[in-house]
Amino acid sequence: MSERRITPPDPHDFLAVDSALPAEERAIRDTVRDFAERELLPNVADWFEAGTIPDPRGLAKAFGDLGVFGMHVAGYGCAGASAVAYGLACRELEAVDSGLRSFVSVQGSLAMTAIHKFGSEDQKQKWLPRMAAGEAIGCFGLTEPDSGSDPGAMRTRARRDGSDWVLDGTKMWITNGSVADVAVVWAATDDGIRGFLVPAGTPGFTANVIHKKLSLRASVTAELVFDGVRLPADALLPGSKGLGSPLSCLNEARYGIVWGAVGAARACYEAALEYAGTREQFGGPIAGFQLTQRKLADMVVDVNQAGLTALQIGRLKDAGACHHNHVSFGKFANVAAAQRVARTARSVHGANGITLEYPVLRHMVNLETVATYEGTEEIHALSIGQSVTGISAFR
Amino acid sequence: MNIVVLVKQVPDTATERKLSSDDNTLDRAASDGVINELDEYAIEEALLLREKHGGEVTVLTMGPDQATDSIRKALSMGADKAVHLSDEALHGSDALQTAYALSKALGTVEFDLVVLGSESTDARTGVVGAALAEYLGLPQLTLAGKVDVDGSAIKVQRQTDYGYDVVEAQLPAVVSVVEKINEPRYPSFKLIMQAKKKPVQKLAIADAGIDAAGVGLANATTETVDFAAAPPRAAGTVVQDEGDGGVKAADFLAEKKFV
Repeated sequence: MSERRITPPDPHDFLAVDSALPAEERAIRDTVRDFAERELLPNVADWFEAGTIPDPRGLAKAFGDLGVFGMHVAGYGCAGASAVAYGLACRELEAVDSGLRSFVSVQGSLAMTAIHKFGSEDQKQKWLPRMAAGEAIGCFGLTEPDSGSDPGAMRTRARRDGSDWVLDGTKMWITNGSVADVAVVWAATDDGIRGFLVPAGTPGFTANVIHKKLSLRASVTAELVFDGVRLPADALLPGSKGLGSPLSCLNEARYGIVWGAVGAARACYEAALEYAGTREQFGGPIAGFQLTQRKLADMVVDVNQAGLTALQIGRLKDAGACHHNHVSFGKFANVAAAQRVARTARSVHGANGITLEYPVLRHMVNLETVATYEGTEEIHALSIGQSVTGISAFR
Repeated sequence: MNIVVLVKQVPDTATERKLSSDDNTLDRAASDGVINELDEYAIEEALLLREKHGGEVTVLTMGPDQATDSIRKALSMGADKAVHLSDEALHGSDALQTAYALSKALGTVEFDLVVLGSESTDARTGVVGAALAEYLGLPQLTLAGKVDVDGSAIKVQRQTDYGYDVVEAQLPAVVSVVEKINEPRYPSFKLIMQAKKKPVQKLAIADAGIDAAGVGLANATTETVDFAAAPPRAAGTVVQDEGDGGVKAADFLAEKKFV
């Protein structure tokens, strides 16, 4: 047997989490990383400060050209990549900013997944190729002002009027709501919760941008208001039935977050490592101080454990064995890890850490949103609790 | 119009690059291999020409096994197929030998146009394009900032210090490009997924009719005699402004012959 040289760990991939990725997955990782570093990273602090994405259509087109929208969907102009490849793309995008990964999650995992899973063939043909190409933007309306963790309590209603549907209600915290060409809207009907496709510009449908956010500022968030919106019969997603339908879409988006959180954590850790090596106090780099090394050790452990968690859940998903409780585990563990890393990295940066010159506070406040949407930390804890005890503590 | 793009794998300029002390050649294990940056512009130009004039784009790479990654990336950007010239005997070949070997490998492919980057970021000799055209007996149009093909005529803007020359030739021809020419696209995920299904023909030197005596370190026309690390940057000079800062700055520039 030939002897293999043992090399010291790479500080940027300590456990060599990426070492076993096949060529396609590595190529997708490298492409997104390259794109993110060249096209997104130089702008994201300005977008965050401005509290918006200045050219969402241009960004959608660039993402579409890359092929990231609905990339693990097969057919309809989608790339048909693995779940791990999709996860890697989310990781590399969220290493830049959670808001940019959210853009991709909402389009690919929420809106496109809803149409792909529950839409008619006509609906799929009409929307999916254009959404994959980034020529049409979608959003996903489930959460309401008074219905977050308990979506079954939604007040939005769709009632039959002849063959038409009439939609009334309000949806809240809708990413890309005001820039979308089509909204996937979930509403209570006499036949349980159903999904509807509502094109922008439908009379009675308005989207109001939510201002004064202190988190996810490089992202467009809106309130959707439906006031007697009349929809034709074919606006209904025929395959949707019950709360399980929107929740299955959320499970796809949460899967992206499991990976995305690793990206945000890695970016914070790397910024802290770099800063600690160059910032000098008491005559030497602060990286040489025991307290800083403890912080770096804590961070590198969190980043790599989260990375392994994401990869394992991704492999389960590609094997068709990923239960939604696995995804709850990943979101619960990885977002909390990323929050710890961001907060620690901020402390390593001292006062500099509070500015947009460094990415750490931006990530830290973004992660407050990431810990809340697509199932709060509390709900995922309860989901894991239910999974291991067999007892539901919340419904 | 069938186009061959020459793609070289080079060590990533963002990482520390090393020479091997055994034989003064590149230590390929020391850093990640990436496509030579100017070759990405060559790929893009070939793809743009294909979009306009039809035909096929073939990637030709000479390099060890790990150059497969760079071939795959070129295919993921949209090239149709690839030829990979790989043989132990090629190790240590210099620029002229490389041009000779590539000219022979090109004998296995039908082409109207050869496109390559005007230099590589590792050796930076910038002579392979010219030498290759010489070996092939074809017109060379180097340092192209713009390429137009009309029937069998090709016209390029050759970038110069004073602007550009307009140079024309008849196909087939060899064109080397500069980065002004275009903006290379990112690989698309769909093409990444299809890349492994695209044909990659492996060639050893015998397959291409390459004479072993004309390639390799032992037969090289140039030799790397020695190498040394670049000296660390010297500390800057601090000039105190005592009301005469402008004069001192002007003197400094004059001394360095900037003015």
